[in-house]
Amino acid sequence: MSDYAVELDHVSFSYLGVPVLEDVSLRVPEGEFLGIVGPNAGGKSTLLKLILGLLEPTAGTVRVHGLPPCKGRADIGYVPQYPSFARDFPVTVEQVVLMGRLGKGRWFGGYSRADHQVAQRVMAETEVGDLADKRIHTLSGGQLQRVLVARALAAEPRILLLDEPTANIDQRVETDIFDLLKRLNARMTILLVSHDVTFISKYVQRVACLNRTLLCHTTEAVDADVLRALYGEDVRLVAHHH
Amino acid sequence: MTFFTALLEHHFLQAALLAGLLAAIGCGVIGSYVVVKRIGYLAGGIAHSVLGGMGAALYFGLDPMGGALVAAIISALLIGWVRLRWGGQEDILIGALWAIGMAVGILFIERTPGYTGNLMSYLFGNILLVPERQLWLMGGLDLLLLGTVGLLYRHFLAVAFDEEFARLRGLPVTALYLLLLCLVAVTVVLLIQVVGLILVIALLTLPAAIAGQYVQTLGRMMLVATLLGAVFTSGGLALSYAPDLPPGATIILLAGAAYVLSTLWYHWSLARRRRRSVEAAP
Repeated sequence: MSDYAVELDHVSFSYLGVPVLEDVSLRVPEGEFLGIVGPNAGGKSTLLKLILGLLEPTAGTVRVHGLPPCKGRADIGYVPQYPSFARDFPVTVEQVVLMGRLGKGRWFGGYSRADHQVAQRVMAETEVGDLADKRIHTLSGGQLQRVLVARALAAEPRILLLDEPTANIDQRVETDIFDLLKRLNARMTILLVSHDVTFISKYVQRVACLNRTLLCHTTEAVDADVLRALYGEDVRLVAHHH
Repeated sequence: MTFFTALLEHHFLQAALLAGLLAAIGCGVIGSYVVVKRIGYLAGGIAHSVLGGMGAALYFGLDPMGGALVAAIISALLIGWVRLRWGGQEDILIGALWAIGMAVGILFIERTPGYTGNLMSYLFGNILLVPERQLWLMGGLDLLLLGTVGLLYRHFLAVAFDEEFARLRGLPVTALYLLLLCLVAVTVVLLIQVVGLILVIALLTLPAAIAGQYVQTLGRMMLVATLLGAVFTSGGLALSYAPDLPPGATIILLAGAAYVLSTLWYHWSLARRRRRSVEAAP
């Protein structure tokens, strides 16, 4: 068994011949809180999709707990940036959270009592318990984000992947969500994609800067000024290319 | 009350009423998936391709309903496969199947020796001419639909709601999606008896769309849509009887009118609720 939650070894990915990621090598130790930052279209979401096995790398290998992503992803809870569902779908918060339990236990019929217990627990943890019977189109952006975190947690994952979890919500709710992630980090590895470097630097242990390739990953204590400098350099690098 | 007295006397009216009720089950349960998954156009393609299957079956002297079922399943699998393989590029294929299916059907029906039956009854259905054997077939298909949905309700919900997440949780999304489309195909064939293939889409989507405006969950949407479907088919049949109107078209107009009224009411009450909450806020 590997000591690393996630390992990328010289991974490249191109889409229709256009390189999106080039030669990315990254090891995420068990229990780390890693922030992945970089400019828009820098390949951040693609990196997450490679880890989830939703995309296949054009070169290199991806491992999740030493397994290929399509096997290892059973241990991953994923919170997407843009929910890939219709907001007006007739489904309640509890039903959404319960979907995190799919793939475990029996195939036919309803959810088990244990499934319901886990759903109750993660809804309490993410403070959406009193919304359980609400249809999702009645939720605010911040509430929906918590529900998506709860759905990811319902799978009882060992790794949590979040793609811009606070892109569409206000600052106060953002702080709440990061405090929640900080608590969750005590029991699971977290990889978080964000464009907001200064904000996440207060929470994460390490930052990977991604702009088509991995430009840096600092292992020393994260310093906001250092980050700003690095991030600024990314932006200038883009300017050079065009 | 001529319809009700006639209903007691005439066996064909009883059969028509039963056919309407059996169709309502399919349109409520599967129509709910069609509405939430937004695959009305896809269902339309399946419905129209069915004419090709019916025409071929007639030409070769087979049961047209069997031909319809085979054609519906084949086009459902084809469209589903293209959508999953080339994500989101199925609309041209749907259009092609839609037109080619009808063209094939018209050619076969034209060339069927001795066949003078009218094409209109397939296009617009004829609920008044449903033979008893057909009722048994419809009942059987309803049981198949209810059984499959009952067993796989959670998984169909997950695939209808969020395919990507369902795949990440290890569900066989491709198989479930194709199975769901096959159920849509079966339902289309069920409904063709009642309202014909041109009007199938209305009966598949309108009751479920109305239900979706009032309920919290997909399960309740199915229940309410089934009840609405029963009201529309029976009501349309009753309304059409005295003035001797085509029942299929009457059923659809009844459903359409209910949908328009319900949508107006829904948006009006939504706006009113918003106004109230704004007034209550300060």
